[in-house]
Amino acid sequence: MVENNRWGNLFAHLVLILGVTIVVFPVYVALIASTHPPGTFVRGVMPLWPGTHGWENYTTVITEGRSRAGTPPIGGMLWNSFVMAMAITIGKLSISILSAFAIVYFKFPFRIFFFWVIFLTLMLPVEVRIVPTFQVVANLGMLNSFAGLSIPLIASATATFLFRQFFMTVPEELMEAARVDGAGPMKFFKDILLPLSITNIAALFVIMFIYGWNQYLWPLLITTDPEYYTIVMGIQRMVTGGDSEPLWHLVMATVVLAALPPVLVILFMQRLFVKGLTETEK
Amino acid sequence: MQTKRMTFSSRWLPYALLAPQVIITLIFFIWPSYQALLQSVYRQGDAFGIRPPTFIWFQNFQALFADSLYLNSLKVTFIFSVGTTFLSMSVALLFAVMVNRMIRSRDGYTTLLVWPYAVAPAIAGVLWWFIFNPTLGILPYMLDMLGYDWNHRRSGNDAMIMIIIASAWKQISYNFLFFLAGLQSVPHSLIEAAAIDGASRFKRFWTIVFPLLSPITFFLMVVNIVYAMFDTFGVIHATTEGGPAQATNILVYKVYRDGFVNLNIGSSAAQSVILMSIVIILTVIQFRYIERRVNY
Repeated sequence: MVENNRWGNLFAHLVLILGVTIVVFPVYVALIASTHPPGTFVRGVMPLWPGTHGWENYTTVITEGRSRAGTPPIGGMLWNSFVMAMAITIGKLSISILSAFAIVYFKFPFRIFFFWVIFLTLMLPVEVRIVPTFQVVANLGMLNSFAGLSIPLIASATATFLFRQFFMTVPEELMEAARVDGAGPMKFFKDILLPLSITNIAALFVIMFIYGWNQYLWPLLITTDPEYYTIVMGIQRMVTGGDSEPLWHLVMATVVLAALPPVLVILFMQRLFVKGLTETEK
Repeated sequence: MQTKRMTFSSRWLPYALLAPQVIITLIFFIWPSYQALLQSVYRQGDAFGIRPPTFIWFQNFQALFADSLYLNSLKVTFIFSVGTTFLSMSVALLFAVMVNRMIRSRDGYTTLLVWPYAVAPAIAGVLWWFIFNPTLGILPYMLDMLGYDWNHRRSGNDAMIMIIIASAWKQISYNFLFFLAGLQSVPHSLIEAAAIDGASRFKRFWTIVFPLLSPITFFLMVVNIVYAMFDTFGVIHATTEGGPAQATNILVYKVYRDGFVNLNIGSSAAQSVILMSIVIILTVIQFRYIERRVNY
């Protein structure tokens, strides 16, 4: 019954095209800037058309970095980011699914207490307890290590809640059948619950990977050794490391490389991403 | 809180399953928070152990609230969070309403609008910092033609606008997805009924659709404030570093500066405690809202 207004639709398309242009613009600019020789940036306003030095700039950042300013090659940083993101993702998923299993499928003393302990993690993000957390990690000798980069971040209340909610919807009969057949709890978990949770695990994987990859404050605090720099924090070193104006063509090439993996994850797994995003918040 | 009707019985297994999560929480969450609480009511001892730490009640807090720098940081954080939340939510709502009209192009636009979620706040900061660069950037060049001399290195207002835009840009995708989901669950019959009664598109939106979206709007407001207050550290640290003249020194950045650069542990701990209370209040509000929505 609602009227279909041709001009209205045209207007909506115009608004959206303008909107998409604004949203895409910063990344377009970064892509363009990363293809120009350094001289371009001395001469004034940045270019809006691609230059000719793209290949050169990207190989420079990946293999050499900016050795004078103390930033290592980007190749290593990309690898560090990948290892950290994967460790955080897999860590979060495994410890959360196990604790949700315990909370839903067992009755034991202090069950509610443990649930609240896990809940507390939501209320205490790293950002609000920077110094003492750093001290704990330093005392444990975990500075400049992959363990230090990932383990303190893998506790997850949201993942635990999501798995708990999902387990509550799994039919009781499955477990009864498993018990009649003589399966113990771990066998039930491995052969029935885990295969049923695959979609949820995949959706959370997408969200957690992006979370892990984009960590900034934490790696900044606990890595002093360039060996362990991750790419997102490495960019900051490139921007401020050195007295002169940043080498924009190299910085922007790094920016593109740092943003590419998580963006690709979203673009290729959009359905899972939307599912993960909307469900972790419910 | 429920379990399954029928449960497994084991004396130790549930504890073993919970152990990794609980141990990590205790070591890296609960213990440091307890330390922050403790440090916030002590004056630090000196490095040589001559003067031991002394218990000083709430002096660290009193000092904070008497400190004009801290009060300034509170004000800056407030402006920044409100600005970021408002900008990114209103733009996202506009996009969602427009995309919701589309049939064939809906998925295409959605794909083009969601990916900034994946860009780290620090990278978002650097991108806009480049665009706003006073000598190179395209926007200052255009503003100059309009007669405005943009310089976020000197002008606190310019710097604030820059970090608000950078932070809001990244958050549009998130708000957009939630608004779009909300719009799709608005019953079509209501809109048709209003259309038959002769309500214009504009009127239908403000009197029917928008009120029905209010639970989502409220939820997004809380999430966006949390984002602006705690997740934007990277935006500030990679670009303005709190400057010029404290104009973008938000609370989270100040905790970091005071703790790590200025090594003022007591004050940093007191600030941490204040931030923790803010997060706790916001989390409680968020969860109460979710409970209410479930009970509809």
